[in-house]
Amino acid sequence: MDITNLTVHELQEKLAKQELTSEEIVQAYVNRINAKEKDVKAFVTTLCDEALKEAKEIDEKRKNGEKLSSLAGIPIGIKDNMCTKGVKTTCSSRMLENFVAPYNATVVEKLNEENLIDLGKLNMDEFAMGASTEYSYFKKTCNPWNLKTVPGGSSGGSAAAVAANLVPWALGSDTGGSIRQPSSFCGVVGLKPTYGLVSRYGLVAFASSLDQIGPITKDVRDSAMLLNIIAGHDERDTTSYNMQKKDYTKTLNGNVKGLKIGIPKEYFGEGINEEVKAKLEEAIETYKKLGAEVEEFSLDIAQYALATYYIIACAEASSNLGRFDGIRYGYRTENYTNLKELYKNSRSEGFGPEVKRRIILGTYVLSSGYYDAYYKKAQQVRTLVKKEFDKAFEKYDVLLTPTSPTVAFEMGTRSENPLEMYLADICTVSVNIAGLPGISIPCGVNGDNMPIGMQLIGNKFEEEKILNAAYTFEQEYKFREKYQPEFKG
Amino acid sequence: MVNTDYEAVMGLEVHAELATKTKIFCSCSTKFGAEPNTQVCPICMAMPGTLPVLNEKVVEYAVKAGLATNCTISKDSKNDRKNYFYPDTPRAYQISQYDKPLCEHGYIEIEDDEGNPKKIGITRIHIEDDAGKLNHNEFGGGSLVDLNRAGVPLIEIVSEPDLRTAGEVDRYLKKLKSILEYIEVSDCKMQEGSFRADVNVSVRKKGETKFGTRTETKNMSSFRAITREIEYETNRQIEILENGGKVEQETLRWDEVSGKTFSMRNKEDAQDYRYFPEPDLVAIRLSDEYIENIRKNLPEMPESRKARYMSEFKLSEKDARLLTASKYLSNMFEDAEKICGNAKAVANWLLSDVSRILNEKEEEPDAIPFKAEHLAKLVELIDKGTISSAIGKKVVEELFENPKDPEEIIKEKGWLQISDEGAIKEVVDKIIANNPQSVADYKAGKDRALGFLVGQAMKETKGKANPQMLNKMFLEILSK
Repeated sequence: MDITNLTVHELQEKLAKQELTSEEIVQAYVNRINAKEKDVKAFVTTLCDEALKEAKEIDEKRKNGEKLSSLAGIPIGIKDNMCTKGVKTTCSSRMLENFVAPYNATVVEKLNEENLIDLGKLNMDEFAMGASTEYSYFKKTCNPWNLKTVPGGSSGGSAAAVAANLVPWALGSDTGGSIRQPSSFCGVVGLKPTYGLVSRYGLVAFASSLDQIGPITKDVRDSAMLLNIIAGHDERDTTSYNMQKKDYTKTLNGNVKGLKIGIPKEYFGEGINEEVKAKLEEAIETYKKLGAEVEEFSLDIAQYALATYYIIACAEASSNLGRFDGIRYGYRTENYTNLKELYKNSRSEGFGPEVKRRIILGTYVLSSGYYDAYYKKAQQVRTLVKKEFDKAFEKYDVLLTPTSPTVAFEMGTRSENPLEMYLADICTVSVNIAGLPGISIPCGVNGDNMPIGMQLIGNKFEEEKILNAAYTFEQEYKFREKYQPEFKG
Repeated sequence: MVNTDYEAVMGLEVHAELATKTKIFCSCSTKFGAEPNTQVCPICMAMPGTLPVLNEKVVEYAVKAGLATNCTISKDSKNDRKNYFYPDTPRAYQISQYDKPLCEHGYIEIEDDEGNPKKIGITRIHIEDDAGKLNHNEFGGGSLVDLNRAGVPLIEIVSEPDLRTAGEVDRYLKKLKSILEYIEVSDCKMQEGSFRADVNVSVRKKGETKFGTRTETKNMSSFRAITREIEYETNRQIEILENGGKVEQETLRWDEVSGKTFSMRNKEDAQDYRYFPEPDLVAIRLSDEYIENIRKNLPEMPESRKARYMSEFKLSEKDARLLTASKYLSNMFEDAEKICGNAKAVANWLLSDVSRILNEKEEEPDAIPFKAEHLAKLVELIDKGTISSAIGKKVVEELFENPKDPEEIIKEKGWLQISDEGAIKEVVDKIIANNPQSVADYKAGKDRALGFLVGQAMKETKGKANPQMLNKMFLEILSK
């Protein structure tokens, strides 16, 4: 039995039956990291020794009959933009290369309450800006399915680590597709919850009105389990929604009979790779076969979502990243004689090119004289996008689209052309713009054995519907039984 | 103003720190004067990943201020980011309010220089957070940042350009300060910077309807300095115009020592703050009940208190106005009056000797070191004839230096009034013997000579002799 190939709910069972100890689980992952991390390069920081020590303590407690969560002692990986007390939080930026937060993010506290063990902090595009993890200051993470290709981004480290069995599950963050697109590229399950379902406290902000933390997992049940842990109102984040807690595993029943699935035809047009389209069409057929009612419709506004997204996200980022000024924490230049130089040189030397590009873009669209033409207009379009989705959900339970127009692309092929990189987000951004939940699950591979992702979009706070739709497909298609990453290249 | 062909136009932006226990977006203390960076947390230090949570008290206090200044309260309001880089602003943006302030379209009534009532418009009142402080070379070399003040809640009260003289500005500011003190939303301690003003000044020819180009002088925190600054700036601008020049729109700094304004930045350097709605905070929605509830619970305001003093205590309009201008002074008056029952005397002491000493010390009424009970006791001692009012004046001086029960002060200092007939006679005899000329004058019909003799006797007893008894004794002996 390869422990690292088990899902978390399988590990949970084996822990309960005492077929495995936490130490055995963590040791298996440490061995796996030692063997594969050099190829995948998913981690910014690994915590192998600390994790083993913690595992032993938890086993001890369990032996002594202490009441623990059924998940206690299972490891997890955390994207390196969530604050962990005492452990570096770098955002894969030179700016925060040595930054250690004095506090835990709310999600990290929630993981700690379950006694989940932090195996390390996972690589990402700098400050979550990018779609390939190539913009990390430290390293380029490789896609376990083909090491010459990117894992997607910005949560590329999280998705690659889950796909390569370096962690059983991980947390990512999604501002315009940063959980779903890498999950699609790496053949794993990635869920972006409804805006406001998960607290953002302790998530280093990229774009405050779009950012959400979510699970990246091997299967849909694990996704529901991790969502159970992290969802919920937090008084430290007033944008987090106060509502009754749900058990998202309870509604996984494998039944989509009568489920109304809408297919927005704009997501299947020009620019979508033919093999991707073909697999999506097969998936649609599968849903029909399972008794879902599928209908094509037009979501015309979607074509404006990408432009809207880049205006709003960059505007907020330009303000959110102002605090990295070299004064209180983070990188400070050695090269200054006055305050202005201190600011200018610290930020010039501390930020990478993509971050600078977005700060400049965002500063521009908020400038006096341009605000109305860009930022204000984008907010108006955002309202229209929300309305269009509201209308769609009057008719449909779930919308189905590709997660990305293509499979994982080769490293270096897009990093020089920002606009082409931005197109990788075209299927995912409207979900963030509208604040909706979206999940990406694998629905096949292309001719080169590279995974293809399907995105299911739900109405606000109806995660259970997309989770069950995804679960039902997963049970039918059995992707993990058919395909495994090969670490080729 | 040197040139009477011109009139000045002033508008003020007043920043008042709110007297909430905790900061506007976190639960750190707002207490003044702590060691640097001891009242901070990850949120007010703007650590990555932290989020603001709006302190509800701040909204309540701002609404109170709005209602007390006759504003319309916006039921639908929000926060906005004002972006700029400065080391005292750790987020690199201030969370303020841009296009939807909590309160709008209010006014305050003051008197113009002729004593006629005049309404000064309040454009808006909005909430925002204060910045930290930079200590330059205070702790060794370089500049160090103290973030204790970062996140202390402020309201900014923006007036219409309705003010025309330094006197009006002074009365407007004092009235505003008094209102904020009355409703207990700010302690308005100017020396601690919790009540400060940006002063906009422009001038124009009398009769002109368009405004002139204005300058803005930042962070003024004394009434005297504001008056001086307005006079200086008005004359400076008139002089420029008279010499055919143009007033530059610029931001100025007042220098107290030279009594001049200096340019900080001109229009070209004006910062683009790139305001946009704060995405980390939800919109502020207030219900009618919420607003009504605050309105119902507003305390008695200076105007109605003044009216009550005139009817209940028969005080003059002037005395009632002066007393109620400061809530602290007014409260002290009421407390002391309750104990001794002599409203006139209490008002007199507060408005004469106590106010004079405060003026000399350049302090506000809340700096009075003694209690209302002490003042009441003083009045009682005089009323009972235990001490003279001349001694009373000395007691007040002493109360400022060494506040305690006036009875003890009198005992310690030996200031008890001499009311013993024998002792009085002794003094009177002595004064008569030593001043034959005055005695002769009196007998020749010059009544004023009696006053002189009594004064001499008071001097002889260091003010301790009972004045009524002295008078009586002199009359008795001299008429023999």
